[in-house]
Amino acid sequence: MSRSPDSRGAPRLARALGVASLGLGAAQLAMPRRVAKAAGVDDSPAAHPVILAVGARELLHAAGLLGSKKRRGTWATTRVLGDAMDLAVLGVALRGRSGARRRRTTLATAAVAGITALDVVATVKERRAGRVAGGPQSFAATITVNKPRQEVYRFWRQLSNLPSFMTHLESVEATGAGRSRWTATGPAGKKVTWDAEVTDDTPGRAIAWRSVPGATAPNSGVVRFADAPGDRGTEVRVELTVEVPGGVVGRAVALLFGENPEQQVRDDLRRFKQVMETGEVLRSDGTPEGTRAGRMLTQNVAQPAGVR
Amino acid sequence: MRAACWEGKSKIKVEKVPDPTILNDRDAIVRITSTAICGSDLHIYSGFIPTMRRGDILGHEFMGEVVEVGSGVGNLRVGDRVVVPFPIACGACNACRNEAYSICENSNPNAAVAEKLMGHSPAGIFGYSHMLGGFAGGQAEYVRVPFADVGPFKVEDDLTDEQVLFLTDIFPTGFMGAEMCDIKGGETIAVWGAGPVGQFAVASAYLLGAERVIAIDRFEYRLAYARKAGAETLNYEDVDVLEALREMTGGRGPDAVIDAVGMEAHHAVGAVHAYDRGKQMARQEFDRPHALREAILAVRNGGTVSVVGVYGGFVDKFPMHAVINRSLTIKAGQCHVHRYLRPLYDRIRNGDIDPSFVISHRMRLSDTPEGYRIFRDKLDECNKIVLTP
Repeated sequence: MSRSPDSRGAPRLARALGVASLGLGAAQLAMPRRVAKAAGVDDSPAAHPVILAVGARELLHAAGLLGSKKRRGTWATTRVLGDAMDLAVLGVALRGRSGARRRRTTLATAAVAGITALDVVATVKERRAGRVAGGPQSFAATITVNKPRQEVYRFWRQLSNLPSFMTHLESVEATGAGRSRWTATGPAGKKVTWDAEVTDDTPGRAIAWRSVPGATAPNSGVVRFADAPGDRGTEVRVELTVEVPGGVVGRAVALLFGENPEQQVRDDLRRFKQVMETGEVLRSDGTPEGTRAGRMLTQNVAQPAGVR
Repeated sequence: MRAACWEGKSKIKVEKVPDPTILNDRDAIVRITSTAICGSDLHIYSGFIPTMRRGDILGHEFMGEVVEVGSGVGNLRVGDRVVVPFPIACGACNACRNEAYSICENSNPNAAVAEKLMGHSPAGIFGYSHMLGGFAGGQAEYVRVPFADVGPFKVEDDLTDEQVLFLTDIFPTGFMGAEMCDIKGGETIAVWGAGPVGQFAVASAYLLGAERVIAIDRFEYRLAYARKAGAETLNYEDVDVLEALREMTGGRGPDAVIDAVGMEAHHAVGAVHAYDRGKQMARQEFDRPHALREAILAVRNGGTVSVVGVYGGFVDKFPMHAVINRSLTIKAGQCHVHRYLRPLYDRIRNGDIDPSFVISHRMRLSDTPEGYRIFRDKLDECNKIVLTP
């Protein structure tokens, strides 16, 4: 559903991981006992063969990552699988250990977890690099709203309604002649404003818009409305294209559209459905600001927050 | 207020937490007068429900008095006495319009997480993990009820809390389990799990016109409850269930079977239990589906398998060959409680059934941790615990 040609730095990272594999694999094969001690598992007879096997695997990875250019994505993927194995082994090791050994095993686990994160990044980058060649980023999402098509269209067409379900928007004001001024809250609470114009308005069917020249993050979008079959309401489909300018500033501005813009569009649509069908964005104790996938890992505890 | 909070596996603490407040216009705040511990709460207690966070308030079976209503709630007033269904439902989406309230499309703010695991998201549920909404539960003094114009059901004062409390979950759940068996009259129904939901399934199957109901469990005292509801009983530690059911049904097998056990089933053969328990501990398998497997094998050709026991993930060794080759129908669902409130309330009022028969323990909210322990460990012939603040 999305195309995100974010491939910058991909080969470099994969090569760096290849070198790391080479170093680690060599160390594990050459001095397995020291590795066992460092990981806090030198008390286990199983540690020695496991470390040798892992060392061999690492050398294989190094060869793959440093050698073939074509297959780097695959090798990065198998590294992730290897990491999962290592984490599982260390998890088992952690259970039976205490004191200094446990501390060392914990450190080793943390290190592997960090490497796993890098491997995941490398995998994603390699895969994207392999697929897409660059250009603007586009995202699409769709949802069914249990309301008549005209009503759904009218609500969206009133652009000042958008902030009620697009949480990153602070306001959208009509400025006349099909133009509007959009204000969003960006990273670190910084406000960003741009002007947009409606480029297509087919009542009950579609609305398209684009930012006017001069916007920091040129963007355009189209929302289409279609009857869902069998009286199931209206299918709403949004396509959003964001032109990401280069440099640090552009990167920051792109974040306006979220760390994961596709997920943000989906969240927006989910809130849109809630607003249309129930009249409100549902909040819970865990998610007091309403649905927001990006917050899943940092949710509040499910108990009242105690603020009115 | 005080509330029972989950603090990790096998750890419940009654803590002081902030009072709930209105977060949405369609909210109400209910002062809890009675609440219960559900068998499905034990899955959380045992650590098998993903996306719980330490401090989450538990409880999805509760009733009480409305003490505050949001501006969007037209049908409730302060002072109303209500029972509250455990699934949260908006009343407006396609699912709700079709009375499938437990799959409401708008009541789970964390739908994106549930989608990753289940494909699509079901409704939010009180006190039942962040994947199902991150809503504080009702094992507390007060609770916030979203979409209060849809869920809470007013009850009259001449019925006691204990008579109507189980409308929130286990009575309708057992009833739906029986209803999914498509009983037309004359059927033999077998129910795995003679806990409170199983006991209500037994009673409901008779209410719907079943000829015979057979309950299966390993705790004699629970089988005694099922017998009180009219069931014949099998203790799976004493008999081979498949053999016994064949024997009791002229070799046909029951016309429909109900799984009222779910993910933490036990198996009479130690090795089989150990296999699934091991995989579950290693997180290779979320569930131990012994009851479900056995129910599938037991049901007659062309029969119906009705699942109301709760599962948390993926099951292993699922006898799909039996399902396809023997033309079985599987029906399942978290109960669409709202759908059953009025008809089951009327049955209670008529005297068709008095749901309070399942209660074995009455405790204070402050005793919740002890309640979970004896309920899980089946101590003191624990069948159903009602808590009052």
